[in-house]
Amino acid sequence: MLTVALVSFVLFNYVGDPINGMVGQDTSLQDREKLREQLGLNDFIGVRFARFVGNAVQGNFGLSYRTAEPVLRMIMERLPATLELSLVAALFAVLVGVPMGVYSGLYPKRALSRVMQAVSLIGISLPTFLIGIILILTFAVLPNTCRSGLSIGGVVVIDCSLLAWLALPAFGRGDVVDLGGWRTGFLTASGLKAVILPAVTLGLFQLTLIMRIVRAEMLEVMRTDYIKFARARGIRSRNINFGHALKNTLVPVITITGLQVGQIIAFAIITETVFSWPGVGQLFVQSVSAADMPVMAAYLSFIGLLFVVINLLVDLFYYGVDPRLRAAQAAGKTV
Amino acid sequence: MPLANAMGRLLRGAIRSDVYHSFRASKTTVIAGIVTALIFAASFAAPLIALQNPYDPASLNLSDAMKPPVFFGGEWAFPLGTDDQGRDMYSTILYGTRLSLIVGFASVLLAMAIGISFGLVAGYFGGAADVQLTFPAFLVALTLDGVVRGMVAAKILDIDHNDIAVPVIVISLGLAFWPQYARTVRGVVLIERSKDYVNAARIIGVSPWRIMLRHILPNAMSPVLVIATINLAVAIITEATLSFLGVGLPKTEPSLGALIQIGNDYLSSGDLWITVSPGIMLAVLVLAVNLLGDWMRDALNPKLR
Repeated sequence: MLTVALVSFVLFNYVGDPINGMVGQDTSLQDREKLREQLGLNDFIGVRFARFVGNAVQGNFGLSYRTAEPVLRMIMERLPATLELSLVAALFAVLVGVPMGVYSGLYPKRALSRVMQAVSLIGISLPTFLIGIILILTFAVLPNTCRSGLSIGGVVVIDCSLLAWLALPAFGRGDVVDLGGWRTGFLTASGLKAVILPAVTLGLFQLTLIMRIVRAEMLEVMRTDYIKFARARGIRSRNINFGHALKNTLVPVITITGLQVGQIIAFAIITETVFSWPGVGQLFVQSVSAADMPVMAAYLSFIGLLFVVINLLVDLFYYGVDPRLRAAQAAGKTV
Repeated sequence: MPLANAMGRLLRGAIRSDVYHSFRASKTTVIAGIVTALIFAASFAAPLIALQNPYDPASLNLSDAMKPPVFFGGEWAFPLGTDDQGRDMYSTILYGTRLSLIVGFASVLLAMAIGISFGLVAGYFGGAADVQLTFPAFLVALTLDGVVRGMVAAKILDIDHNDIAVPVIVISLGLAFWPQYARTVRGVVLIERSKDYVNAARIIGVSPWRIMLRHILPNAMSPVLVIATINLAVAIITEATLSFLGVGLPKTEPSLGALIQIGNDYLSSGDLWITVSPGIMLAVLVLAVNLLGDWMRDALNPKLR
């Protein structure tokens, strides 16, 4: 965590001269020096780093070079949008990915499983922004530019009314409701509709990853002896599949899913740009192209914090899922 | 060049080995191999088979802008249509693919070089090199690119950012990807270090560097090659993504990602071809490289056989 803070600090201090951005061209050298003294830029480097960390802990990241707004407020305004998008994407990935993985792990030879494998390979190969563009094209552009429907050899396969029925918004987050500083899109119909395409785009890669891991783990577990014993005891196969097998695949799945939550928030940068979603990721891209260092430093510190918290949560979660770890801890052993 | 020798020996051995047979045995892999080879050949022959040089502003004519492809009523002079600057899409895709491949290869080589050196040293001499970089590579590259941009903006570097865009992105990607090589090589070195042949070499007085490069490194090459192949696909995607976000390569000399971004502005007006054809190219290239990587992982990993 301190490493991230240090990197952010270096960014903040050595890249770009804040004075140049703040004063006009005809400011005299004396005035510049005075401003420098006032801002404490002439102090010893260690003192400045301590001050940076101290301010950051209190949530003070300074002013944006680009808009001269407090950085913290800029981030806090946009954070709900990113978190809501990431939440929906993560839910989509887990709720669709796990059942798909279980199915194709239980019946690897069925045609549907093979289709899922092929789709997952494409899902891993297509860059996020391309998936976004394809979805925009299908659900937003085609319905609006449709004149005669899609016809193959004179036969209309999909007509305009069907396309119009499928149409989804692909721009912004729709109407939002302000809940004491947290602007949510979950409470309006247009807000809910607007989240569908970005969330699917964002969650698709994670979905394929989760599906592949669950599938591989299921294939492995189904070969083990205790599954054979359970079968021999005459336990219903639904209970074996979900009670015995799936439960034992969960540890790696939770690890990956936990790490992927961080990835989702990082990759939200791309999705937010493609869908003009007003979140922190979009803010970060704008800051990178404008070399707006305070915003970049604050965003990176925030992401660093998030990764640390997620790693901690994942470790704690193990104990809830894997009784072996609890037993080991109770016996006083270190794992 | 111990590295080149090791790779050469690996390749020559490969043709006679069962690896080659497992390649022939899988139809998907053969197709992926052929597609990859075709794309490589076409993109590096771009100056010969392209209709114009899209990176030379003198060869562009604005009155040719936004022409649709032939099969949507365009003309044969521009088989896949033109973009908003009047660039021929077919030629631009060839040049763009070449640029994407060059950036991809260069950054993978850089990451390999850094990662192998760190991995060897950390594994052989021991030391705290347990790199826990859970930060997404994409974010690292994006940040580094932003830093350089900031230095250009602050006149610390006195150059136009467009002139150094390619080296900047190669270095960013290389610095983002090296930890996985280091981790893998370190793992192999830790296993090999205590084996008899290394001890024997050490006893007869072979220098540590020679042991590392000539004796241990060849054993680490096959996992490294597998990572490198999959990494090439990731590097191409990451470069395309950065360029698409407008922070990678400049639009004046578009790579595939930048080309897709140009097209994205015209998407909602129904002019799809600027986005669709480079998009297909990118997807096919990455898919083919990924399939090759998957096959290599299975073929070179004795644990799975």
